[in-house]
Amino acid sequence: MKQFFEFVKKECFHIFRDRRTLIILFGMPVVLIVLFGFAITNEIRHARVAVLDYSQDALSHGLVNKITASTYFDLAENLRSEKDILPAFRKGDIRMVIVIPNGFSRDFIRERKASIQLLTDASDPNTATTLINYANAIIGRYQQEQTNLQHLPLTIHPEVRMVYNPMLKSVFLFVPGVMTLILMLVCAMMTSITITREKELGTMEILLVSPLRPMLIIAGKVVPYVLLSFFISIIILCLGSWIFGMPVKGSILLLLSACGLFCLTALSLGILISSLTNSQQTAMMVSMMGLLLPTILLSGFVYPIESMPVPLQIVSNILPAKWFIIILKDIMLKGSGLRQIALPMGILGGMTCFFLIVSLRKFKIRLS
Amino acid sequence: MRTIFFILQKEFLQIFRNKSMLPIIFVVPVVQLLVLAFATNYEIRNLSIDIVDHDGGNWSQQLKGKLLSSGYFTLNRQTTDKAAFDDLEANTADLILTIPRHFERDLVRGNEAKVQLLVNAINGSKAGLAAGYAQSILGDFNRRIRMEWLALDEDDAPSHFDTSFRYWFNPGLNYKFFMVPGILVVLVTLIGAFLSGMNIVKEKEMGTIEQLNVTPIRKFHFIIGKLLPFWIIALFELAFGLMVGKLVFNLPFAGSLGWIFLFAAVYLLVMLGLGLLISTFTETQQQAMFITWFFLIICILMSGLFTPIESMPGWAQHITQFNPVAYFVKVIRMVMLKGSGWVDIRQYLFIMIAFAAVLNAVAVWNYRKTA
Amino acid sequence: MTQSAITTTALTKRFGNFIATNAITFDVAQGEIFGFLGANGAGKTTAMRMLCGLLRPSSGEARVAGFDIYTQTEKIKQRIGYMSQKFSLYEDLTVKENIRFYGGIYGLSNRQIRDKTADLLQRLSLEQEGNMLVKALPLGWKQKLAFSIAVIHDPSIVFLDEPTGGVDPITRRQFWDLIYESAAKGVTIFVTTHYMDEAEYCNRISIMVDGKIKALDTPAALKKQYGADTMNEVFLQLARAKS
Repeated sequence: MKQFFEFVKKECFHIFRDRRTLIILFGMPVVLIVLFGFAITNEIRHARVAVLDYSQDALSHGLVNKITASTYFDLAENLRSEKDILPAFRKGDIRMVIVIPNGFSRDFIRERKASIQLLTDASDPNTATTLINYANAIIGRYQQEQTNLQHLPLTIHPEVRMVYNPMLKSVFLFVPGVMTLILMLVCAMMTSITITREKELGTMEILLVSPLRPMLIIAGKVVPYVLLSFFISIIILCLGSWIFGMPVKGSILLLLSACGLFCLTALSLGILISSLTNSQQTAMMVSMMGLLLPTILLSGFVYPIESMPVPLQIVSNILPAKWFIIILKDIMLKGSGLRQIALPMGILGGMTCFFLIVSLRKFKIRLS
Repeated sequence: MRTIFFILQKEFLQIFRNKSMLPIIFVVPVVQLLVLAFATNYEIRNLSIDIVDHDGGNWSQQLKGKLLSSGYFTLNRQTTDKAAFDDLEANTADLILTIPRHFERDLVRGNEAKVQLLVNAINGSKAGLAAGYAQSILGDFNRRIRMEWLALDEDDAPSHFDTSFRYWFNPGLNYKFFMVPGILVVLVTLIGAFLSGMNIVKEKEMGTIEQLNVTPIRKFHFIIGKLLPFWIIALFELAFGLMVGKLVFNLPFAGSLGWIFLFAAVYLLVMLGLGLLISTFTETQQQAMFITWFFLIICILMSGLFTPIESMPGWAQHITQFNPVAYFVKVIRMVMLKGSGWVDIRQYLFIMIAFAAVLNAVAVWNYRKTA
Repeated sequence: MTQSAITTTALTKRFGNFIATNAITFDVAQGEIFGFLGANGAGKTTAMRMLCGLLRPSSGEARVAGFDIYTQTEKIKQRIGYMSQKFSLYEDLTVKENIRFYGGIYGLSNRQIRDKTADLLQRLSLEQEGNMLVKALPLGWKQKLAFSIAVIHDPSIVFLDEPTGGVDPITRRQFWDLIYESAAKGVTIFVTTHYMDEAEYCNRISIMVDGKIKALDTPAALKKQYGADTMNEVFLQLARAKS
């Protein structure tokens, strides 16, 4: 056992000597959390619109002012004719063009109906739809102001309550996501690369002939990463709760043990990858293409699992990240206890055992 | 020039001899492209809804029918308040619609009535969209029953705006048309920045670089010989990806492919320069990989690929001006979907050329044959 | 001066406070086999790396093949061959591909490369293995191949940094045959080693201790000077003197 600790110490030295990696290791969660918390949102604000107003009367000016005064839209330019629309879109920045035909207020008063055309750049379909919804709502309000019709008969008032996250903060989704991502990176990717590195440099053989048992060597290589990633997850949790007020409604102890469990799962995945690959480049590409991208994209962290086609929804079940995110969200936002999260915890545990058994087999084959 | 040829020959031999590299370069990206294109989907459909109907009247039936036939919602179950809330807790329901007792009576007698929507808002944007859809369906429903009840005619309606909308460039609102070009950018970026940098660091780690450093090889030749293979592979990958995109997703090619490849060619110089720069100050592949990953993840997240750049705060938008990924994502979408041409993309191309020049100059200057 | 392949005057390299090579001065004549001995960490590799243009000296002067090691490193590189203690051929290329690559880098013509390849394979009796990956060769063969490739462009000086580490005595003997062969053609050999029996093969040797040259002469003269029977004893006396 003493030899084992010596070995762990040596591995720790390796990690701590590499300042650059260490800085990034601790800097990355901070940067990611800040980016997700402040910079990356799905809300659309300050979309640039162009206006093609053939009427140029009080009513049309009022409408344009109303639309561009909102935080959703910024007036980018006034167009002169329909010929200008296509080039304006092609330049890239204009998201929507509002076309107001001739005789706008005349039609509104005499015909009781005035048309407005909204042209959107639907190369980004979601933004396009959302912008149309926003614009419609603003136009509706403007119409009500103009007609002074405050009270419509038979009105249904929808009363919307956002449960668990009343402010619709995307941070609540991103904090668990970032945590999963970093743990995946540190545990799975870094360990698979360290182990393949030893293989590539031929030092693995030297270690394998040492009196330490092979499993202990592997354990010794990964223990520092476990400590590191555990420490990092605590940093992320603190950042999340101090800067963004991310609540932890459930038990902290449960949360930490879930983190520990996930670290183990990710580590066993890393070991599995390293037992299957022989070069660092391969290990890295496998971890990146096979683990990180799916973790970002298929775990429900950025894109909702519900909108994926069924085969992908099924595939998403084999990603440990999906289950870990579920656990995190349940504990932190809903305050669930062990009973509610028993299923995902069990799945993670099962996956860990599976990965370990498979990689143990692989290592044995190599050794015999 | 002959030296470059010899290095190229050696690099290609090594790349194609590595059994696990080939699938990584050729198969994995295609799989990724296919999987990601389906995964990165923000169309919210099939939100599962619990309905608690305390009224049970004709109108509430109609309202339910309208919600469920919209395509956005599928009924989880119709149940009681308590059970519905449990479903929300257990994630089996995304939202609950509660229609109160005397809904119809209140509406007719009191001219107004309430319905309640409880939305699981942990995923804020999803919740926002869900609530938005539900509200707009409710609004439609409201207008219809009002017309019916008051027997109003369209012409008797008060003055109103008649808003029509057009979705240009992507009338079918196909989200994949938007995402696939962006994903292609990511794949090309990964090849460009990662493999090139790792490749040089690998020679350092193996010690072979020392052998090269005592040869009279010019560092300029060495660098070109090292980077060119990945430039070629990445461009090939782009062509391959575009082909897959055309065959599988029927991607539109509104603009000229020439502009895309021209831009990609310059863009790749930027990425290769980045890989090279990182390789000059790292010693092991692990370090190089990790540092590259750090920069790339930031570049990709802030590229406007997943979320619009306009919605970022001002400081973040300023940062994206230095993000090469953002330019390529923008340009490839502009050219493919909107048919933008030289006039529209030239300023971005010039920026890209400037980036490439600066990054490569710094990298070459930083690269030393001596320790 | 033109007779010397290498001359150094007070060549020094510092890494921070640590002085790896402390003002070493020596001359190596054209065609000589010069042994550079020392314990691990004595500064041999640092000195050699400076002479090869891989490392910039902190102070002192040196000329290799008549060129200054500060300003004319690229000229030097045209005229030297180098083989490091780390095995430095590409393991994932075949024997022929490695020869072709390095030949190309040194600017040999295609014809020269072809002739050299045939000649080299024949001399090493590797004709059968020409298309095998280097990875699959035994270590001793790899080392011989590495040496042959290091002299593929007929350099006037070859630097060998512990070329025979981990190789069996028979292969070492064969390796030295290759060295003698080159030396007979007038190539200057600059070799570091810590095998003392190899030291006896050299025309002259220098022994480094703690960054300084403690002794420099022919093996016979050194043995006489220190009253020892073998180079091993000479070396042990010098190394002990330091502590």
